[in-house]
Amino acid sequence: MSEPDTTVELCGLTLRNPLILASGIWGCSAGTLVRLAREGAGAVTSKSCSLNPRQGHPNPTALDWGAGLINAIGLANPGATEECAILREAKKGLAPLGVPLIASVYGHSRTDFCEAVRLVAEANPDFIELNISCPNVEAEFGRPFALDPRAASALTAAVRAIYPGRLLVKLSPNTPDIVAVARAVADAGADGLTAINTMPGMIIDVRARRPVLANLVGGISGAALRPIAVRCVYEITSAVDIPVIGTGGVLSGEDAMQMIMAGATAVGIGSALYYYGSGAFARILGELIALMREEGYPNLRDLRGCAHV
Amino acid sequence: MSSPVPAQLHRTLRITRVIPEGRAGVTLILDGALPAQPGQFVMAWLPGVEERPFTLMDDDPVSLTVASVGPFTRALCTLHVGDRLWLRGPFGHGFTLHGSRHLLLGGGSGTASLALLAKRARELSHEVVAILGARTAELLMLPWRFEELGCRVILATDDGSLGYHGTVLEAAETWLTPLSQQGGESRGDGKPWPDGIYACGPETMLQALALKAETANLPCWVSMERIMKCGIGLCGSCHCGDRLVCTDGPVFSPQELLRALKGTTP
Repeated sequence: MSEPDTTVELCGLTLRNPLILASGIWGCSAGTLVRLAREGAGAVTSKSCSLNPRQGHPNPTALDWGAGLINAIGLANPGATEECAILREAKKGLAPLGVPLIASVYGHSRTDFCEAVRLVAEANPDFIELNISCPNVEAEFGRPFALDPRAASALTAAVRAIYPGRLLVKLSPNTPDIVAVARAVADAGADGLTAINTMPGMIIDVRARRPVLANLVGGISGAALRPIAVRCVYEITSAVDIPVIGTGGVLSGEDAMQMIMAGATAVGIGSALYYYGSGAFARILGELIALMREEGYPNLRDLRGCAHV
Repeated sequence: MSSPVPAQLHRTLRITRVIPEGRAGVTLILDGALPAQPGQFVMAWLPGVEERPFTLMDDDPVSLTVASVGPFTRALCTLHVGDRLWLRGPFGHGFTLHGSRHLLLGGGSGTASLALLAKRARELSHEVVAILGARTAELLMLPWRFEELGCRVILATDDGSLGYHGTVLEAAETWLTPLSQQGGESRGDGKPWPDGIYACGPETMLQALALKAETANLPCWVSMERIMKCGIGLCGSCHCGDRLVCTDGPVFSPQELLRALKGTTP
Protein backbone atom coordinates (compact mmCIF):
# COMPACT_ATOMS: atom_id res chain seq x y z
CA MET A 1 0.00 0.00 0.00
CA SER A 2 1.23 3.49 -0.80
CA GLU A 3 1.84 5.99 1.99
CA PRO A 4 -1.49 7.05 3.57
CA ASP A 5 -2.61 10.54 2.55
CA THR A 6 -2.95 12.72 5.68
CA THR A 7 -3.87 15.95 3.92
CA VAL A 8 -7.22 17.52 4.59
CA GLU A 9 -9.01 20.46 3.02
CA LEU A 10 -10.34 23.11 5.39
CA CYS A 11 -12.38 25.95 3.89
CA GLY A 12 -10.46 25.73 0.62
CA LEU A 13 -6.99 25.47 2.17
CA THR A 14 -5.01 22.25 2.10
CA LEU A 15 -3.45 21.22 5.42
CA ARG A 16 -0.57 18.73 5.24
CA ASN A 17 -2.18 16.94 8.18
CA PRO A 18 -5.36 17.45 10.22
CA LEU A 19 -3.68 18.33 13.54
CA ILE A 20 -4.22 21.97 14.53
CA LEU A 21 -2.73 23.67 17.57
CA ALA A 22 -5.77 24.75 19.62
CA SER A 23 -5.98 28.30 20.89
CA GLY A 24 -4.69 29.11 24.35
CA ILE A 25 -1.90 26.55 24.29
CA TRP A 26 1.65 27.87 23.68
CA GLY A 27 0.38 30.38 21.12
CA CYS A 28 1.58 33.54 22.89
CA SER A 29 4.50 34.26 20.59
CA ALA A 30 5.55 33.97 16.98
CA GLY A 31 8.50 31.85 18.10
CA THR A 32 6.39 29.16 19.75
CA LEU A 33 3.81 29.09 16.92
CA VAL A 34 6.53 28.61 14.29
CA ARG A 35 8.28 26.00 16.40
CA LEU A 36 5.11 23.88 16.65
CA ALA A 37 4.64 24.17 12.89
CA ARG A 38 8.22 22.91 12.45
CA GLU A 39 7.45 20.09 14.86
CA GLY A 40 4.52 18.88 12.78
CA ALA A 41 1.33 20.90 13.32
CA GLY A 42 -0.91 21.06 10.24
CA ALA A 43 -2.07 24.54 11.27
CA VAL A 44 -1.60 26.68 14.38
CA THR A 45 -3.99 28.88 16.35
CA SER A 46 -2.76 31.89 18.30
CA LYS A 47 -3.82 32.58 21.87
CA SER A 48 -7.11 34.52 21.95
CA CYS A 49 -6.58 38.25 21.89
CA SER A 50 -9.00 40.93 22.98
CA LEU A 51 -9.22 44.57 21.91
CA ASN A 52 -7.31 45.72 25.01
CA PRO A 53 -4.50 43.95 26.88
CA ARG A 54 -5.45 41.55 29.69
CA GLN A 55 -3.33 40.27 32.55
CA GLY A 56 -5.43 37.17 33.07
CA HIS A 57 -6.25 35.60 36.41
CA PRO A 58 -3.85 35.25 39.34
CA ASN A 59 -2.32 31.82 40.03
CA PRO A 60 -3.08 28.97 40.43
CA THR A 61 -4.28 29.02 36.85
CA ALA A 62 -3.85 25.40 35.78
CA LEU A 63 -3.28 21.94 37.11
CA ASP A 64 -3.30 18.26 36.29
CA TRP A 65 -5.97 16.55 38.41
CA GLY A 66 -5.48 13.04 37.07
CA ALA A 67 -8.09 12.33 34.38
CA GLY A 68 -7.44 15.64 32.68
CA LEU A 69 -6.40 19.23 33.22
CA ILE A 70 -8.25 22.25 34.51
CA ASN A 71 -7.28 25.81 33.68
CA ALA A 72 -8.43 29.38 34.11
CA ILE A 73 -5.67 31.48 32.59
CA GLY A 74 -8.20 34.26 32.06
CA LEU A 75 -7.38 35.22 28.48
CA ALA A 76 -4.06 36.89 29.28
CA ASN A 77 -3.00 38.67 26.09
CA PRO A 78 -1.24 41.83 24.93
CA GLY A 79 -4.28 43.32 23.12
CA ALA A 80 -5.16 43.34 19.43
CA THR A 81 -2.62 45.94 18.28
CA GLU A 82 0.36 44.18 19.83
CA GLU A 83 -1.09 40.82 18.76
CA CYS A 84 -1.05 42.03 15.16
CA ALA A 85 2.75 42.33 15.31
CA ILE A 86 3.02 38.80 16.73
CA LEU A 87 0.72 37.44 14.01
CA ARG A 88 2.68 39.17 11.24
CA GLU A 89 5.94 37.72 12.52
CA ALA A 90 4.33 34.29 12.88
CA LYS A 91 2.99 34.44 9.31
CA LYS A 92 6.49 35.19 8.04
CA GLY A 93 7.84 32.10 9.78
CA LEU A 94 4.89 29.88 8.80
CA ALA A 95 4.76 30.83 5.10
CA PRO A 96 7.82 28.80 4.02
CA LEU A 97 6.42 25.80 5.92
CA GLY A 98 3.03 26.08 4.21
CA VAL A 99 1.30 26.00 7.59
CA PRO A 100 -1.82 28.17 7.92
CA LEU A 101 -2.34 30.56 10.82
CA ILE A 102 -5.63 30.83 12.69
CA ALA A 103 -5.97 34.00 14.75
CA SER A 104 -8.22 33.60 17.77
CA VAL A 105 -10.18 36.66 18.85
CA TYR A 106 -12.13 37.30 21.99
CA GLY A 107 -14.45 40.15 23.00
CA HIS A 108 -16.92 40.80 25.77
CA SER A 109 -19.36 42.64 23.54
CA ARG A 110 -20.29 42.62 19.88
CA THR A 111 -18.54 45.98 19.37
CA ASP A 112 -15.41 44.74 21.10
CA PHE A 113 -15.33 41.60 18.97
CA CYS A 114 -15.74 43.58 15.75
CA GLU A 115 -13.04 46.10 16.68
CA ALA A 116 -10.60 43.33 17.61
CA VAL A 117 -11.38 41.42 14.39
CA ARG A 118 -10.81 44.59 12.34
CA LEU A 119 -7.37 45.06 13.89
CA VAL A 120 -6.32 41.42 13.74
CA ALA A 121 -7.47 41.13 10.11
CA GLU A 122 -4.71 43.59 9.18
CA ALA A 123 -2.15 40.88 9.95
CA ASN A 124 -3.85 38.80 7.26
CA PRO A 125 -4.19 35.47 9.12
CA ASP A 126 -5.53 32.54 7.08
CA PHE A 127 -8.52 32.23 9.41
CA ILE A 128 -10.05 34.19 12.24
CA GLU A 129 -11.58 32.10 15.00
CA LEU A 130 -14.12 33.73 17.29
CA ASN A 131 -13.72 32.49 20.83
CA ILE A 132 -17.30 32.94 22.00
CA SER A 133 -17.03 30.11 24.51
CA CYS A 134 -14.32 30.84 27.10
CA PRO A 135 -15.73 29.52 30.38
CA ASN A 136 -13.30 31.48 32.54
CA VAL A 137 -14.36 35.09 32.34
CA GLU A 138 -18.05 34.71 33.14
CA ALA A 139 -17.74 36.52 36.48
CA GLU A 140 -16.30 39.49 34.61
CA PHE A 141 -18.33 39.50 31.41
CA GLY A 142 -21.43 37.40 31.89
CA ARG A 143 -22.52 34.33 29.97
CA PRO A 144 -20.49 33.43 26.89
CA PHE A 145 -22.21 34.07 23.54
CA ALA A 146 -21.89 30.36 22.73
CA LEU A 147 -24.47 29.36 25.34
CA ASP A 148 -27.34 30.88 23.38
CA PRO A 149 -28.12 30.36 19.66
CA ARG A 150 -29.51 33.87 19.20
CA ALA A 151 -26.55 35.64 20.83
CA ALA A 152 -24.09 33.45 18.91
CA SER A 153 -25.88 34.10 15.64
CA ALA A 154 -26.04 37.88 16.11
CA LEU A 155 -22.34 38.05 16.93
CA THR A 156 -21.34 35.86 13.97
CA ALA A 157 -23.47 37.96 11.62
CA ALA A 158 -21.91 41.20 12.93
CA VAL A 159 -18.37 39.93 12.37
CA ARG A 160 -19.32 38.40 9.01
CA ALA A 161 -20.47 41.83 7.86
CA ILE A 162 -17.03 43.37 8.42
CA TYR A 163 -14.68 40.43 7.75
CA PRO A 164 -14.63 38.75 4.33
CA GLY A 165 -11.95 36.16 5.21
CA ARG A 166 -12.35 32.58 6.47
CA LEU A 167 -14.32 32.72 9.70
CA LEU A 168 -14.40 30.00 12.35
CA VAL A 169 -16.51 30.05 15.52
CA LYS A 170 -15.51 28.08 18.61
CA LEU A 171 -18.43 26.49 20.44
CA SER A 172 -19.05 25.56 24.05
CA PRO A 173 -20.22 22.13 25.22
CA ASN A 174 -21.89 23.79 28.19
CA THR A 175 -25.21 24.42 26.46
CA PRO A 176 -28.33 22.29 26.34
CA ASP A 177 -28.35 22.21 22.54
CA ILE A 178 -24.99 22.64 20.84
CA VAL A 179 -26.55 21.68 17.51
CA ALA A 180 -28.89 24.66 17.69
CA VAL A 181 -25.92 26.95 18.34
CA ALA A 182 -23.92 25.34 15.51
CA ARG A 183 -26.83 25.76 13.09
CA ALA A 184 -27.38 29.38 14.12
CA VAL A 185 -23.69 30.22 13.66
CA ALA A 186 -23.53 28.44 10.28
CA ASP A 187 -26.66 30.24 9.07
CA ALA A 188 -25.12 33.55 10.18
CA GLY A 189 -22.21 33.01 7.80
CA ALA A 190 -19.44 31.15 9.63
CA ASP A 191 -17.19 29.14 7.29
CA GLY A 192 -16.36 26.52 9.90
CA LEU A 193 -16.76 25.54 13.55
CA THR A 194 -14.33 24.58 16.27
CA ALA A 195 -15.95 22.17 18.67
CA ILE A 196 -15.44 22.25 21.55
CA ASN A 197 -13.99 24.65 24.12
CA THR A 198 -13.34 23.34 27.64
CA MET A 199 -16.14 22.38 30.04
CA PRO A 200 -16.43 24.38 33.27
CA GLY A 201 -15.37 22.47 36.38
CA MET A 202 -13.90 22.87 39.83
CA ILE A 203 -11.25 21.17 41.95
CA ILE A 204 -11.27 21.72 45.73
CA ASP A 205 -8.19 21.33 47.88
CA VAL A 206 -9.53 19.64 51.00
CA ARG A 207 -6.66 20.86 53.19
CA ALA A 208 -6.99 24.44 52.02
CA ARG A 209 -10.79 24.05 52.12
CA ARG A 210 -11.24 26.09 48.95
CA PRO A 211 -11.14 25.70 45.17
CA VAL A 212 -7.57 25.49 43.90
CA LEU A 213 -7.93 27.85 40.95
CA ALA A 214 -7.84 31.53 41.84
CA ASN A 215 -10.81 31.91 39.48
CA LEU A 216 -12.53 29.08 41.42
CA VAL A 217 -13.94 27.63 38.18
CA GLY A 218 -11.85 26.52 35.22
CA GLY A 219 -12.11 24.69 31.93
CA ILE A 220 -11.76 20.89 32.00
CA SER A 221 -9.67 19.50 29.17
CA GLY A 222 -7.73 16.34 28.39
CA ALA A 223 -9.01 12.77 28.45
CA ALA A 224 -12.06 13.66 30.55
CA LEU A 225 -13.32 16.02 27.84
CA ARG A 226 -12.85 13.67 24.88
CA PRO A 227 -16.10 11.67 24.89
CA ILE A 228 -18.07 14.90 25.30
CA ALA A 229 -16.21 16.44 22.36
CA VAL A 230 -16.68 13.37 20.14
CA ARG A 231 -20.41 13.37 20.87
CA CYS A 232 -20.67 17.12 20.10
CA VAL A 233 -18.80 16.73 16.78
CA TYR A 234 -20.97 13.76 15.83
CA GLU A 235 -24.21 15.63 16.54
CA ILE A 236 -23.09 18.89 14.91
CA THR A 237 -21.93 17.23 11.70
CA SER A 238 -25.22 15.34 11.49
CA ALA A 239 -27.01 18.67 11.24
CA VAL A 240 -24.62 21.22 9.73
CA ASP A 241 -22.66 21.16 6.46
CA ILE A 242 -19.72 23.49 7.26
CA PRO A 243 -16.44 21.86 8.37
CA VAL A 244 -15.71 21.21 12.03
CA ILE A 245 -12.33 21.24 13.82
CA GLY A 246 -12.89 18.50 16.42
CA THR A 247 -11.17 19.59 19.61
CA GLY A 248 -11.17 18.14 23.11
CA GLY A 249 -8.88 15.62 24.75
CA VAL A 250 -7.14 14.31 21.65
CA LEU A 251 -3.97 12.69 23.01
CA SER A 252 -3.32 9.92 20.48
CA GLY A 253 -3.72 8.93 16.84
CA GLU A 254 -6.76 6.86 17.76
CA ASP A 255 -8.31 9.85 19.49
CA ALA A 256 -7.73 11.94 16.35
CA MET A 257 -9.31 9.19 14.24
CA GLN A 258 -12.36 9.13 16.53
CA MET A 259 -12.84 12.85 15.84
CA ILE A 260 -12.55 12.36 12.07
CA MET A 261 -14.94 9.41 12.09
CA ALA A 262 -17.33 11.50 14.20
CA GLY A 263 -17.32 13.99 11.32
CA ALA A 264 -14.45 16.39 12.01
CA THR A 265 -12.49 17.74 9.04
CA ALA A 266 -9.50 18.60 11.21
CA VAL A 267 -8.52 17.96 14.81
CA GLY A 268 -7.51 20.41 17.55
CA ILE A 269 -4.58 19.57 19.83
CA GLY A 270 -4.21 21.25 23.22
CA SER A 271 -3.70 19.30 26.44
CA ALA A 272 -1.50 16.79 24.58
CA LEU A 273 1.24 19.41 24.70
CA TYR A 274 1.22 19.15 28.47
CA TYR A 275 1.61 15.37 28.32
CA TYR A 276 4.06 15.14 25.41
CA GLY A 277 5.57 18.59 25.00
CA SER A 278 6.23 20.03 21.56
CA GLY A 279 6.68 16.48 20.23
CA ALA A 280 2.91 15.89 20.61
CA PHE A 281 2.20 16.61 16.93
CA ALA A 282 4.79 14.21 15.54
CA ARG A 283 3.72 11.57 18.03
CA ILE A 284 -0.01 11.80 17.33
CA LEU A 285 0.53 12.04 13.55
CA GLY A 286 2.80 8.99 13.65
CA GLU A 287 0.13 7.03 15.49
CA LEU A 288 -2.53 8.22 13.05
CA ILE A 289 -0.46 7.11 10.04
CA ALA A 290 0.30 3.75 11.67
CA LEU A 291 -3.41 3.23 12.28
CA MET A 292 -4.24 4.14 8.65
CA ARG A 293 -1.64 1.63 7.42
CA GLU A 294 -2.84 -1.08 9.77
CA GLU A 295 -6.46 -0.68 8.72
CA GLY A 296 -5.70 0.01 5.07
CA TYR A 297 -7.20 3.49 5.09
CA PRO A 298 -5.74 5.37 2.09
CA ASN A 299 -6.87 8.87 3.11
CA LEU A 300 -8.79 10.85 5.71
CA ARG A 301 -11.43 12.31 3.36
CA ASP A 302 -13.19 8.98 2.97
CA LEU A 303 -13.24 8.39 6.73
CA ARG A 304 -14.79 11.68 7.68
CA GLY A 305 -18.08 11.01 9.44
CA CYS A 306 -17.96 7.29 8.62
CA ALA A 307 -19.07 6.43 12.16
CA HIS A 308 -22.46 8.02 11.58
CA VAL A 309 -25.00 5.21 11.64
CA MET B 1 -4.53 6.16 27.17
CA SER B 2 -6.52 7.91 29.87
CA SER B 3 -3.84 9.63 31.92
CA PRO B 4 -0.28 9.29 30.67
CA VAL B 5 1.30 10.82 33.80
CA PRO B 6 0.11 10.83 37.39
CA ALA B 7 -1.83 13.78 38.71
CA GLN B 8 0.20 16.75 39.86
CA LEU B 9 -1.97 18.09 42.62
CA HIS B 10 -0.63 20.18 45.50
CA ARG B 11 1.08 18.53 48.44
CA THR B 12 0.67 20.22 51.79
CA LEU B 13 3.84 20.57 53.84
CA ARG B 14 4.49 22.19 57.19
CA ILE B 15 7.29 24.63 57.97
CA THR B 16 9.77 23.24 60.49
CA ARG B 17 12.37 26.01 60.41
CA VAL B 18 12.65 29.59 59.14
CA ILE B 19 16.16 30.82 58.42
CA PRO B 20 16.59 34.58 57.89
CA GLU B 21 18.62 35.55 54.81
CA GLY B 22 19.76 39.02 55.84
CA ARG B 23 17.53 41.75 54.44
CA ALA B 24 16.92 39.68 51.32
CA GLY B 25 14.34 37.20 52.58
CA VAL B 26 14.12 33.81 54.28
CA THR B 27 14.75 30.13 53.72
CA LEU B 28 11.79 27.91 54.64
CA ILE B 29 12.52 24.31 55.63
CA LEU B 30 9.51 22.01 55.24
CA ASP B 31 8.61 18.62 56.66
CA GLY B 32 8.85 16.40 53.60
CA ALA B 33 10.96 15.26 50.68
CA LEU B 34 10.29 15.87 46.98
CA PRO B 35 12.98 14.11 44.93
CA ALA B 36 14.17 16.56 42.28
CA GLN B 37 16.96 17.37 39.89
CA PRO B 38 18.95 20.45 40.97
CA GLY B 39 17.52 23.54 39.26
CA GLN B 40 13.99 22.16 38.97
CA PHE B 41 11.22 24.24 40.49
CA VAL B 42 7.95 23.84 42.36
CA MET B 43 4.83 25.97 42.25
CA ALA B 44 4.30 27.18 45.84
CA TRP B 45 0.74 28.16 46.77
CA LEU B 46 -0.60 30.05 49.73
CA PRO B 47 -4.37 29.51 49.45
CA GLY B 48 -6.18 32.77 48.93
CA VAL B 49 -2.95 34.63 48.19
CA GLU B 50 -0.96 33.49 45.12
CA GLU B 51 1.07 30.70 43.58
CA ARG B 52 4.54 31.24 42.13
CA PRO B 53 7.52 29.19 40.94
CA PHE B 54 10.42 28.61 43.34
CA THR B 55 13.53 26.62 42.74
CA LEU B 56 14.17 23.86 45.27
CA MET B 57 17.03 24.98 47.52
CA ASP B 58 16.94 21.41 48.86
CA ASP B 59 14.68 18.47 48.05
CA ASP B 60 15.10 16.50 51.30
CA PRO B 61 13.87 18.17 53.38
CA VAL B 62 12.08 20.42 50.89
CA SER B 63 13.54 23.91 51.31
CA LEU B 64 12.66 27.13 49.52
CA THR B 65 14.69 30.33 49.61
CA VAL B 66 12.40 33.31 49.18
CA ALA B 67 13.61 36.76 48.19
CA SER B 68 11.17 39.36 49.45
CA VAL B 69 10.36 41.33 46.31
CA GLY B 70 6.55 41.66 46.12
CA PRO B 71 3.30 41.09 48.01
CA PHE B 72 3.36 37.30 47.69
CA THR B 73 7.00 36.82 48.62
CA ARG B 74 6.52 39.26 51.53
CA ALA B 75 3.63 37.06 52.69
CA LEU B 76 5.86 33.99 52.47
CA CYS B 77 8.53 35.79 54.52
CA THR B 78 6.05 36.28 57.38
CA LEU B 79 5.26 32.55 57.71
CA HIS B 80 6.16 30.79 60.96
CA VAL B 81 7.18 27.32 62.06
CA GLY B 82 4.04 25.17 61.96
CA ASP B 83 2.41 27.11 59.11
CA ARG B 84 1.56 25.17 55.96
CA LEU B 85 2.54 25.67 52.35
CA TRP B 86 1.06 23.95 49.27
CA LEU B 87 3.48 22.72 46.59
CA ARG B 88 3.15 21.01 43.22
CA GLY B 89 6.03 19.78 41.15
CA PRO B 90 8.94 19.43 40.70
CA PHE B 91 8.78 20.78 37.15
CA GLY B 92 11.18 21.65 34.35
CA HIS B 93 14.64 20.56 33.34
CA GLY B 94 17.45 21.24 35.80
CA PHE B 95 21.23 20.96 35.96
CA THR B 96 23.30 17.84 35.32
CA LEU B 97 26.79 17.68 36.84
CA HIS B 98 29.53 17.74 34.23
CA GLY B 99 32.86 16.31 35.40
CA SER B 100 33.98 16.60 39.01
CA ARG B 101 35.16 20.19 39.50
CA HIS B 102 32.42 22.76 39.46
CA LEU B 103 32.15 26.52 39.37
CA LEU B 104 28.80 27.88 40.61
CA LEU B 105 27.90 31.50 39.88
CA GLY B 106 24.90 32.87 41.77
CA GLY B 107 23.58 36.42 41.57
CA GLY B 108 20.98 37.64 44.09
CA SER B 109 18.23 35.07 44.71
CA GLY B 110 19.75 32.97 41.91
CA THR B 111 22.00 31.36 44.52
CA ALA B 112 19.03 29.21 45.57
CA SER B 113 19.04 27.38 42.21
CA LEU B 114 22.63 26.28 42.80
CA ALA B 115 22.40 25.05 46.40
CA LEU B 116 20.93 21.64 45.55
CA LEU B 117 23.50 21.24 42.78
CA ALA B 118 26.25 21.98 45.34
CA LYS B 119 24.73 19.37 47.65
CA ARG B 120 24.72 16.69 44.92
CA ALA B 121 28.30 17.53 43.94
CA ARG B 122 29.56 17.44 47.51
CA GLU B 123 27.76 14.11 48.13
CA LEU B 124 30.03 12.78 45.37
CA SER B 125 33.05 14.50 46.97
CA HIS B 126 33.41 16.79 43.95
CA GLU B 127 35.21 20.11 44.30
CA VAL B 128 32.93 23.12 44.24
CA VAL B 129 33.77 26.80 44.04
CA ALA B 130 30.68 28.97 44.64
CA ILE B 131 30.85 32.65 43.79
CA LEU B 132 27.83 34.37 45.28
CA GLY B 133 26.97 37.98 44.69
CA ALA B 134 24.47 40.69 45.56
CA ARG B 135 24.17 44.46 45.42
CA THR B 136 25.22 44.74 49.06
CA ALA B 137 26.27 42.46 51.95
CA GLU B 138 22.82 42.36 53.57
CA LEU B 139 21.25 41.02 50.37
CA LEU B 140 23.59 38.02 49.99
CA MET B 141 21.60 34.79 50.16
CA LEU B 142 22.65 31.33 51.32
CA PRO B 143 26.43 31.73 51.80
CA TRP B 144 25.97 29.65 54.99
CA ARG B 145 24.53 26.79 52.99
CA PHE B 146 27.43 26.57 50.52
CA GLU B 147 29.91 26.80 53.43
CA GLU B 148 28.03 24.08 55.34
CA LEU B 149 28.31 21.82 52.27
CA GLY B 150 32.06 22.32 52.12
CA CYS B 151 32.26 24.47 49.01
CA ARG B 152 34.94 27.10 48.58
CA VAL B 153 32.81 30.25 48.87
CA ILE B 154 33.76 33.58 47.32
CA LEU B 155 31.46 36.51 48.00
CA ALA B 156 31.06 39.55 45.79
CA THR B 157 29.11 42.76 46.37
CA ASP B 158 28.49 45.56 43.89
CA ASP B 159 29.17 48.16 46.62
CA GLY B 160 32.16 46.37 48.10
CA SER B 161 30.49 46.06 51.52
CA LEU B 162 31.64 42.43 51.75
CA GLY B 163 34.05 40.27 49.80
CA TYR B 164 35.11 41.11 46.27
CA HIS B 165 34.12 44.64 45.20
CA GLY B 166 32.30 44.01 41.94
CA THR B 167 29.99 41.60 40.14
CA VAL B 168 29.99 37.82 40.29
CA LEU B 169 31.32 37.65 36.73
CA GLU B 170 34.15 40.04 37.55
CA ALA B 171 34.98 37.94 40.62
CA ALA B 172 34.91 34.84 38.41
CA GLU B 173 37.14 36.31 35.71
CA THR B 174 40.15 34.10 36.43
CA TRP B 175 37.98 30.97 36.31
CA LEU B 176 36.36 31.98 33.04
CA THR B 177 39.59 32.13 31.05
CA PRO B 178 39.28 29.87 28.01
CA LEU B 179 40.39 26.35 28.83
CA SER B 180 43.19 26.47 26.25
CA GLN B 181 44.73 29.48 27.98
CA GLN B 182 44.62 28.02 31.48
CA GLY B 183 47.95 27.12 32.95
CA GLY B 184 48.18 28.77 36.34
CA GLU B 185 44.89 27.28 37.55
CA SER B 186 45.70 23.71 36.70
CA ARG B 187 45.62 22.67 40.37
CA GLY B 188 48.83 20.71 40.04
CA ASP B 189 47.36 17.69 38.25
CA GLY B 190 47.61 19.14 34.76
CA LYS B 191 43.83 19.44 34.33
CA PRO B 192 42.27 22.85 33.85
CA TRP B 193 39.53 24.28 36.06
CA PRO B 194 36.57 23.94 35.95
CA ASP B 195 34.81 20.95 34.34
CA GLY B 196 31.45 22.65 34.54
CA ILE B 197 30.13 26.18 35.08
CA TYR B 198 26.57 26.66 36.33
CA ALA B 199 24.88 30.00 36.82
CA CYS B 200 21.66 31.60 37.95
CA GLY B 201 21.04 35.29 38.44
CA PRO B 202 19.92 38.43 36.66
CA GLU B 203 19.37 38.02 32.91
CA THR B 204 22.10 40.56 32.08
CA MET B 205 24.58 38.42 34.03
CA LEU B 206 23.45 35.22 32.32
CA GLN B 207 23.61 36.83 28.90
CA ALA B 208 27.14 38.16 29.49
CA LEU B 209 28.25 34.76 30.77
CA ALA B 210 26.61 32.96 27.86
CA LEU B 211 28.41 35.20 25.35
CA LYS B 212 31.71 34.53 27.07
CA ALA B 213 31.01 30.80 27.32
CA GLU B 214 30.03 30.55 23.66
CA THR B 215 33.10 32.44 22.49
CA ALA B 216 35.52 30.55 24.73
CA ASN B 217 33.71 27.21 24.36
CA LEU B 218 33.27 26.83 28.11
CA PRO B 219 31.18 23.93 29.50
CA CYS B 220 28.38 26.10 30.89
CA TRP B 221 24.67 25.94 31.82
CA VAL B 222 22.45 28.78 32.97
CA SER B 223 19.10 28.86 34.73
CA MET B 224 16.56 31.47 33.66
CA GLU B 225 13.85 33.08 35.71
CA ARG B 226 10.49 34.12 34.27
CA ILE B 227 7.12 34.97 35.73
CA MET B 228 4.98 31.91 35.09
CA LYS B 229 1.27 31.33 35.02
CA CYS B 230 0.58 27.61 34.59
CA GLY B 231 4.14 26.34 35.16
CA ILE B 232 3.37 23.12 33.25
CA GLY B 233 3.86 23.93 29.58
CA LEU B 234 0.33 24.91 28.64
CA CYS B 235 -0.23 28.63 28.61
CA GLY B 236 3.03 29.81 27.04
CA SER B 237 3.29 32.87 29.30
CA CYS B 238 6.96 32.19 30.14
CA HIS B 239 8.02 32.01 26.48
CA CYS B 240 11.44 33.29 25.50
CA GLY B 241 11.90 33.15 21.74
CA ASP B 242 10.58 29.74 20.76
CA ARG B 243 11.34 28.19 24.16
CA LEU B 244 9.13 27.82 27.23
CA VAL B 245 11.15 28.45 30.38
CA CYS B 246 8.86 26.16 32.45
CA THR B 247 9.27 22.96 30.42
CA ASP B 248 12.20 23.48 28.01
CA GLY B 249 14.15 25.07 30.87
CA PRO B 250 14.67 26.66 33.28
CA VAL B 251 18.23 25.42 32.63
CA PHE B 252 19.59 26.15 29.15
CA SER B 253 22.90 25.93 27.32
CA PRO B 254 24.50 29.31 26.46
CA GLN B 255 23.62 28.77 22.79
CA GLU B 256 19.96 28.11 23.61
CA LEU B 257 19.81 31.12 25.92
CA LEU B 258 21.33 33.50 23.39
CA ARG B 259 19.08 32.23 20.61
CA ALA B 260 15.99 32.46 22.81
CA LEU B 261 16.84 35.98 23.95
CA LYS B 262 17.27 37.03 20.34
CA GLY B 263 13.78 35.67 19.70
CA THR B 264 14.96 33.69 16.71
CA THR B 265 13.98 30.13 15.94
CA PRO B 266 16.47 27.31 15.36
